[in-house]
Amino acid sequence: MTLLETLSYAWPELALAIGAMALLITGVFLGDKAAPQISLASVVLLIVAALLAAFSPGAASTVSIFDGAFRIDAFSTFAKVLVFGAAAFAILMSDKYLAGEKLGRFEYPVLILLASLGMSLMVSATDLISLYMAVETQSLALYILAAFNRDSRRSTEAGLKYFVLGALSSCLLLYGASLVYGFTGSTQFTEIAAAASAGGQNAGLIIGLVFMISGLAFKVSAAPFHMWTPDVYEGSPTPVTAFFSAAPKLAGMALFTRALMMSFPGAVADWQPVIAIIAVASMAIGAFSAIAQTNIKRLMAYSSIGHMGYALVGLAAGTSSGVSSVLIYMAIYIVMTVGTFAIILMMRRRGGMTENISDLAGLSRTNMPMALILTVLLFSLAGVPPTAGFFGKWYVFLAAVDADLIWLAVVGVGASAVSAFYYLRVVWFMWFDEPAPAFERDHGPALAFAAWGSAILMFPALTVGMGLLRRIAETAAASLF
Amino acid sequence: MTESFANQPWLSFITFAPLVGALFIMLRRMLTGRSEDGAVSPEEQTQVDAVARWVALIFTSATFLLSLGVYALYDPSIAGYQLVEEVPWLGGGINYKMGVDGISILFVLLTTFFMPICILASWNSVKSRIADYMIAFLVLETLMIGVFCALDLFVFYFFFEGSLIPMFLIIGVWGSKGTKEFAGYSMPSRVYASLKFFLYTLLGSLLLLIAMAWMYAQAGTTDIPTLQEYAFPAGAQKWLWIAFFASFAVKMPMWPVHTWLPDAHVQAPTAGSVVLAAILLKMGGYGFLRFSLPMFPLASADFAPFVFALSVIAIVYTSLVALAQEDMKKLIAYSSVAHMGFVTMGIFTGTEQGIEGGLFQMLSHGFISGALFLCVGVVYDRMHTREIAAYGGLVHRMPLYAFLFLFFTLGNVGLPGTSGFVGEILTMTGAFKLNSWIAFFAAFGVIFSAAYALRLYRAVIYGKLEKDALKTIADVDMRELAMLGVLMAFALYLGFNPGPALNVFSPAVDLLIENYDAALAAGGAS
Repeated sequence: MTLLETLSYAWPELALAIGAMALLITGVFLGDKAAPQISLASVVLLIVAALLAAFSPGAASTVSIFDGAFRIDAFSTFAKVLVFGAAAFAILMSDKYLAGEKLGRFEYPVLILLASLGMSLMVSATDLISLYMAVETQSLALYILAAFNRDSRRSTEAGLKYFVLGALSSCLLLYGASLVYGFTGSTQFTEIAAAASAGGQNAGLIIGLVFMISGLAFKVSAAPFHMWTPDVYEGSPTPVTAFFSAAPKLAGMALFTRALMMSFPGAVADWQPVIAIIAVASMAIGAFSAIAQTNIKRLMAYSSIGHMGYALVGLAAGTSSGVSSVLIYMAIYIVMTVGTFAIILMMRRRGGMTENISDLAGLSRTNMPMALILTVLLFSLAGVPPTAGFFGKWYVFLAAVDADLIWLAVVGVGASAVSAFYYLRVVWFMWFDEPAPAFERDHGPALAFAAWGSAILMFPALTVGMGLLRRIAETAAASLF
Repeated sequence: MTESFANQPWLSFITFAPLVGALFIMLRRMLTGRSEDGAVSPEEQTQVDAVARWVALIFTSATFLLSLGVYALYDPSIAGYQLVEEVPWLGGGINYKMGVDGISILFVLLTTFFMPICILASWNSVKSRIADYMIAFLVLETLMIGVFCALDLFVFYFFFEGSLIPMFLIIGVWGSKGTKEFAGYSMPSRVYASLKFFLYTLLGSLLLLIAMAWMYAQAGTTDIPTLQEYAFPAGAQKWLWIAFFASFAVKMPMWPVHTWLPDAHVQAPTAGSVVLAAILLKMGGYGFLRFSLPMFPLASADFAPFVFALSVIAIVYTSLVALAQEDMKKLIAYSSVAHMGFVTMGIFTGTEQGIEGGLFQMLSHGFISGALFLCVGVVYDRMHTREIAAYGGLVHRMPLYAFLFLFFTLGNVGLPGTSGFVGEILTMTGAFKLNSWIAFFAAFGVIFSAAYALRLYRAVIYGKLEKDALKTIADVDMRELAMLGVLMAFALYLGFNPGPALNVFSPAVDLLIENYDAALAAGGAS
């Protein structure tokens, strides 16, 4: 394959990388007053990248590029389109907030672009080195974003905490990767798989695998590597939290899935218990710790830990239908998370943001549309039909049952019954309690679009169109096998 | 009548017609004119409320008429599923499939029949957020009809669990006052009741979800007719049966998972209680007949003694509990649990009398307990209390009410001539065939039901009219009379002439029993 041919498969990444650089230079010359234009340009760039990914020549077939460092297939395309979409929404939703908090700096959209670039590499990495490089590209941008409100103590604390713990998890990942390389003699997923199945059981390889799983579990905030999540979610500026909880989660989960399914397909029995235990711990922590939260961002942090647990249930199955259930789950998850954060960003009174759940009291009387949207999203998060969240749960539990992990599915439904309680608590604040002072009504079109859009997708659009999503996810999952 | 006319998706029409009404109200509500600060003028509010009431009434009535049309297309002499429609949905063996048979068609009619009554019952008694209230009821109706029409297990589950959401809101938003201490929280008791309702039912139905996943993994489809013919291995049937039982027993509700019901009934607004008693509880019994018996016959037969034990305990124990109640609604709620005990007892006998009796009892209980909750609503609207002790001597001011209340009280007791009698005698006959002891103990429930029902009646209606607050109480008005009169007519008609209803049931029930016995014979032989 000539270089030009190779590059033709990397158009989305090239567009993002070059675009981000160009915007950075433009920003340096024009200063912060150009921040809105740069934001807009970044959104356009992300949409272009998503289109390039969706219509890339590799989308339909499977193509390995850069000597097997990356692979363009239906799986990576699925993840890329969603990641770029979530990133675009994160930029769109942040403008009003950043302007209000006097954070309107041009670096913000550029950092999101760079993080998206990292994520886009993550989802197509098929080599330990490119995997690590992609993860770090993403993480470095995310650390800065967490501390983006540099005058706020909580935000800098969040950034620092994220950085220190993130560095630690990268160490684990790297250590695991080096062990795997040492025992298989290759950094490429397919060759690792071949060596692993030829060599049979090997303690060193398993230890390396477990280290890698630990590092990756940190990136998707699965328990017991979740400790950073609530603090980082609470401390970061809210639009950044919205970004953190959507796109990086999907990218991390996609990387997790690809790394396990492609490098260790023969060792499912070895890693299945590890993933199952992580899933159980995440679901339990997500369900029980969220009950006591009063801050909605912390609540969403625990909720996202729980959701990662459900997605991991699908991964634990270790089958094609398991992978497709992970993709379905994550697709639904990021849509509802973006919508929920759009609502959280609307919780503004007299110029100040509010973050307490009790501020939502009586919302159904002071602002019916907002209450209706949030209600749909909360029921979807809880996984109650007729919302789309239910289908996500159905497919992961189905995959688990299909793989004879009935106990895991039973734990999962137990956790979702417990977590239903705290989602219902928010609903009860909104519908059953006496109204708190109304929120400001002027949110701008981006937030309204994100909120309405995600609510309508959750119900009824995806309820009706679930068959389509399932087919796309199945095609994407099949490309890993 | 042409073929193409009968082949229209009629069941989907009646299922989604109320939803269209809900969208209509929602649209009107969104277009409400607001001033700068978001306030709505009183005139505008009145108009929105009036639109909401009338749209709800028109759509529920139209749905009822449509469902009568559907009944006209239905041929009661055929045992299998009719008016079947199927549209691809999720793919991979999960499709949107609707259809009715003799077991479900009357529940569809019961649902569509009760909804206009519920709207009428709430006409004046619901004072706040009327548009939201009507939307919740219309959405609930769609989900309930969907439950009874679904011919795909996944679709059934979808509607079954979805119906929790509107009911949760109805209890929580329009429930009555009072606070409750629970686990360190001090919360309004309506919130407690709605949460308890939601979480209890959710936990039960989530086990069903796993069972459904397992069945789908085995059979490759969630199509109900296919699953009914798919003979699951005897060992697996036990677990599946337990999972389904957990869900339906909570919904029914059976002792000892009935405790959410009294709370929910007490806190719900009148129409909410009516829907709960008349329709939502029936989903449990319907589920047993649609799934447990046909799909897991071996396990059903094995577990039948267990169900009988729970049913008899429910009948006797909750009747005694009802005797001690001081709240009218709570008393009727406990009596509902007892009456549902007859239903489960009848269904699991696996005999024609038992099953038809159980079905009939559900139908009859719908009319009678629905009417009793309406009766409580009549005095609650006037006095705003459900305490039995707050009443007494109502016969002096409300003779017509006293008559209606007496009729439904006697119906609840199971007096011959009312529909309540038919259901009880049939289920007991069915039980007697199997084991006379079960019938013997269940008969105590009939005696106790007379005790608590008549005690309630005496305390509320008879005696001297001593309380000052009651001196000006008015008798039932035309709206209330119309609602209760219709229900009375049905209860009387079915009591004297149960044939038509039983004839609708019997082909489907015969088929069910035939398959059930065949499966037992095959299972016993192998």
